Amino acid sequence: MSKVFELKNVSKTYRNDGQEFEALKNISLDINEGEIFGIIGMSGAGKSTLVRTLNRIEEVTSGTVEFLGSDLAALRPAELRKVRHSISMIFQSFNLLSQRTVIENVEQPLKIAGVPRAQRRQKALEMLKVVGLEEKAKVYPARLSGGQKQRVAIARALAADPKVLLCDEATSALDPKITGEILDLLKEINAERKLTIIIITHEMSVVEKICDRVAIIDKGELAELGDVREVFSNPVSNAAKKLVFPANPFAPTNENQKLVRIVFDGTKSSEPFIANLVEKTGKKVNILSANTRSVGGIGYGQMVVELPSSKEDQDIIVDFFKKNGLTVTEVEINE
Amino acid sequence: MSDFIIQAIEKGIIETLQMTFWSSLFAYLIGLPLGVLLYATAKGRLLQNRAVNAVVGFIVNIMRSLPFLILLVLLIPFTRIIVGSSIGTKATIVPLTVGAIPIIARMVESSLCEVQPGIIEAAKSMGASPIYTIIHFLIPEAVPSLLQGAAINIATVLGYSAMAGTIGGGGLGALAMQYGYYRYQKDVLWTTVLLLVIMVMLIQEGGAFLAKKKRKI
Repeated sequence: MSKVFELKNVSKTYRNDGQEFEALKNISLDINEGEIFGIIGMSGAGKSTLVRTLNRIEEVTSGTVEFLGSDLAALRPAELRKVRHSISMIFQSFNLLSQRTVIENVEQPLKIAGVPRAQRRQKALEMLKVVGLEEKAKVYPARLSGGQKQRVAIARALAADPKVLLCDEATSALDPKITGEILDLLKEINAERKLTIIIITHEMSVVEKICDRVAIIDKGELAELGDVREVFSNPVSNAAKKLVFPANPFAPTNENQKLVRIVFDGTKSSEPFIANLVEKTGKKVNILSANTRSVGGIGYGQMVVELPSSKEDQDIIVDFFKKNGLTVTEVEINE
Repeated sequence: MSDFIIQAIEKGIIETLQMTFWSSLFAYLIGLPLGVLLYATAKGRLLQNRAVNAVVGFIVNIMRSLPFLILLVLLIPFTRIIVGSSIGTKATIVPLTVGAIPIIARMVESSLCEVQPGIIEAAKSMGASPIYTIIHFLIPEAVPSLLQGAAINIATVLGYSAMAGTIGGGGLGALAMQYGYYRYQKDVLWTTVLLLVIMVMLIQEGGAFLAKKKRKI
């Protein structure tokens, strides 16, 4: 698989009135052709800055960003503008021209690229068909719903036949149902056009739904990188755990008791392991919270249980879970 | 009122309209690009340039702080060079234009500031050059606000044109001074005032109507 983007030791420092702020710290990662790559992090983690280094709307302070093997920082302004035809972007706030009709909006990238009028109109109509809004061609964006506006933005982003689509919190302003529809559309486009898609989000559900690989950004650093299934079923870094597991609001009822988190994947989730535990060992646990989610079609679950205060009992229980193929980790109270 | 006065008023209306039209036109030809320059060269903008922004901003501020009546007097030699005379309708167009330029520049700048920064980022991400972004993204997005600003500016120019009447300009202002003020003809004074009020209202309402019609939000 060939690489579309190759980031090496990318750092970005903002200087403002003598104060320095490190938005990105030494980030290295590759993005492969045709994949849907998620970049997730809390707000302020630096993910928006990171995605803007990919089309050089943000300059990096050190390190290199290569697009299809060429260093973006080495491009002259005119060359950079040409490269940007291959790297489209959609935004949380859609950023459509309010004084232009839908079709005129979609035509913009083609107009910039110097495509003749008749040709660009035809292409724009074709793109509107892809997003299912051809009947809205002559309407102004103000008359559209949020989901429709984002569809127009996607049509506009696709018009110049880009190789990559950058999505900056593209679904964050939309409700869950519309978010789902937009994500389905992106997935469809990814499959049909072999378009590489990079998705910036703070929502786990977005990554779970369509991403192949995910990078977790925390305080400007790359906290974790890998297959979505792997990262979500077995998060290693604290930042990843925070995103994957909901906050645990409970503390043990007395100090000798212990909280553990059990994580199980699709193959194990059908077994009644708590009932098995009681039956086989006679030890009891108190379930504090539990949930399951589907990642790429496989069910993943996690459960926080409180173990009894005897150290001996705790060991027996943890042992039992581990023997049954479950991942057991101790829950820190301030997690 | 005598026929003579009525004729003078008719002439005054035409002169006022001529002065307002030509001064506004010339002032926009210079003020609009200047406003764009003020906007685009500011910190963090498309054509960030601290030196240009500071110089243009300074000149605009100086020009704007001069009272128009003083500007009228100061510009007499300059007007003579351009028009060949310093009195009459044509001559008034020069100081009116100069006086309106800084006002228009600031008004245009503030209209452009209202455009969502995201629009400019989108243009950038599509590979648009700064000039293309200004012409095809920034200005079209600002059109309703620019029209609203234009109504205010043109009405201001109209008011200034009346002031120019006091030092040898033509139009309704001169009429009000000559007949109404110096010769105590109150009816002429009030008629011209009423006409000026009507003209300002027409400009303001017309501008607001166009802006509303243009605004697609």
